[in-house]
Amino acid sequence: MIDVQEVVMEAVPVERGVAVEVHELRKEFRRKDSRKRGEKRGEKRTRVALDGVSFTMEKGETVAILGQNGSGKSTLVRLLSTLLLPDGGWARIFGYDVVADERAVRKLVNRVSVEASFFKKMSSSENLSYASRFYGMTSRETRDRIPEILERVAFPRDRRTEPMENLSRGMQQKVALARALLTSPVLLLLDEPTTGLDPRSKLEVQEFIREIRKTHDSTILLCTHDLDEAEMLAERIGILDRGKLLALEPADDLKRRFEADTLEEAFFAATGREFEAEGDDDDDREVFA
Amino acid sequence: MRALWGTMRAELVGAGGVVERNVYLTRRYIWWDVAWFIWTVANTLTIVFIAKGVESSGVEFDVNEYMTYLLIGAVVWAYLGILFGFLMETVAWERWEGTIEYTFMAPLSRAMHLAGQGVFAILYGIVRAVFLFGVCTLFFSLSMPDANFVAALVILAISSISFIGIGIMTSVLPLISPEKGTQLGFIAQGTLLVVSGVYYPVSVLPDWMQFLAKFSPATYALEGIREAILEGKGLSDLGDQIIPLVVIGVVSIPLGLWVFRRGELYAKRHGKLKRSG
Repeated sequence: MIDVQEVVMEAVPVERGVAVEVHELRKEFRRKDSRKRGEKRGEKRTRVALDGVSFTMEKGETVAILGQNGSGKSTLVRLLSTLLLPDGGWARIFGYDVVADERAVRKLVNRVSVEASFFKKMSSSENLSYASRFYGMTSRETRDRIPEILERVAFPRDRRTEPMENLSRGMQQKVALARALLTSPVLLLLDEPTTGLDPRSKLEVQEFIREIRKTHDSTILLCTHDLDEAEMLAERIGILDRGKLLALEPADDLKRRFEADTLEEAFFAATGREFEAEGDDDDDREVFA
Repeated sequence: MRALWGTMRAELVGAGGVVERNVYLTRRYIWWDVAWFIWTVANTLTIVFIAKGVESSGVEFDVNEYMTYLLIGAVVWAYLGILFGFLMETVAWERWEGTIEYTFMAPLSRAMHLAGQGVFAILYGIVRAVFLFGVCTLFFSLSMPDANFVAALVILAISSISFIGIGIMTSVLPLISPEKGTQLGFIAQGTLLVVSGVYYPVSVLPDWMQFLAKFSPATYALEGIREAILEGKGLSDLGDQIIPLVVIGVVSIPLGLWVFRRGELYAKRHGKLKRSG
């Protein structure tokens, strides 16, 4: 029997120091909608979602990217998970280019987004089951693994056959984490995984992410606009503002550099605006990105 | 060699996953399926009743044969609708549920992803077509003494390859235009309906439409199935239909995959994989 994890690891090059390399990554979107005053009918508007972003991540490292709505966090995650094509620059996951080697990259990456995204009439077990097939896992391989992983995320045993639409958002997000972990990704992309959750569910999900850090060999990129979450879970924190990565350092270094007592103050010093303050332009950028 | 086998195995398991998912969904939406089947039966009966209507006007013809002729057209058309429907849902339904990004970022080749969707559509479609044909035959007590049903089913299966190829091409439309893509797909379906002789012989069409009919796999599928059921022809007598169907199938599948790939790249360049609805 072929071990999926073994196949995945075979795909990882021997040189394993750097997990993620991003160089001058750029993405812009052109849309015809939401015409503004002074613009001609049918004229397309361009918004730069990512503007020359560069950074690297070490294997096993957890990096948090902080940014407001429309800052480009989700665009970055989508580019790294091969769901978007960049307009400039490049990104590599364990040496594989996200455009040229997309299939190799897909074996290494999984993602949890702000929306749990499941077939809502299907149960958690059914959703996990078919999704794991896409990663080459047979029913024999997942028969025990799915209940185990649902157990690990503290998903109630008696609700495993219930349609997803009957579950709370917190529970759905636990299943999303289970789906991502089921495929043993070496790079886990978490795109606002706790946004919109009630405080208890939020804590449970954060606790689980912390456990993944301890027990898995995964590299984690966490995009969030929760400052405490970033500081608690990540070794380094990046500030992404309007498509530009303004800083990427450990939380204490960030505070020191911007002579701030808190991350919020550091964010303000770096971007020139309050963390929670979002203008029309941010909303507009979110629609594009 | 081991890596190649591992990749092939993973691809087959992945395609099986698409079938598995559709089985789960069919089970969950079973009453919707029942309702749809009843509607299809009613629609087919209406079409077959046309033969009775013509008979009542005093025209003399073999009404049993004409009813069977119309029934075959209606069943093949319903089958085609199922195939196209499932392939269109490859993108449209997944976008609605929000799972499309997870499917497209999985390490499953698009060819096997679409193959899984196609295999389920064919199996599901054939089961429904057989039921539909059976129910309507019983309703009208149609007599088909010479029918070669095995040959008819083989023709349907061969033509399915071409239908899947064309279906893949149309399934890319919701990827390019999330709002109107599904509706645009009906254009391809409607064009096949008009030119392929679903309810009348192709010979009654204007010359330019007869020319278009030569490129439609539905033309050969309908001719072949009608010859098998009405005249009792076997596969060895149906070469004129089987050969074009195979040729169209061999061309349409790779062409369909190529078109889908172009559409996928367009969607990734313009950020159109995101959920809508």
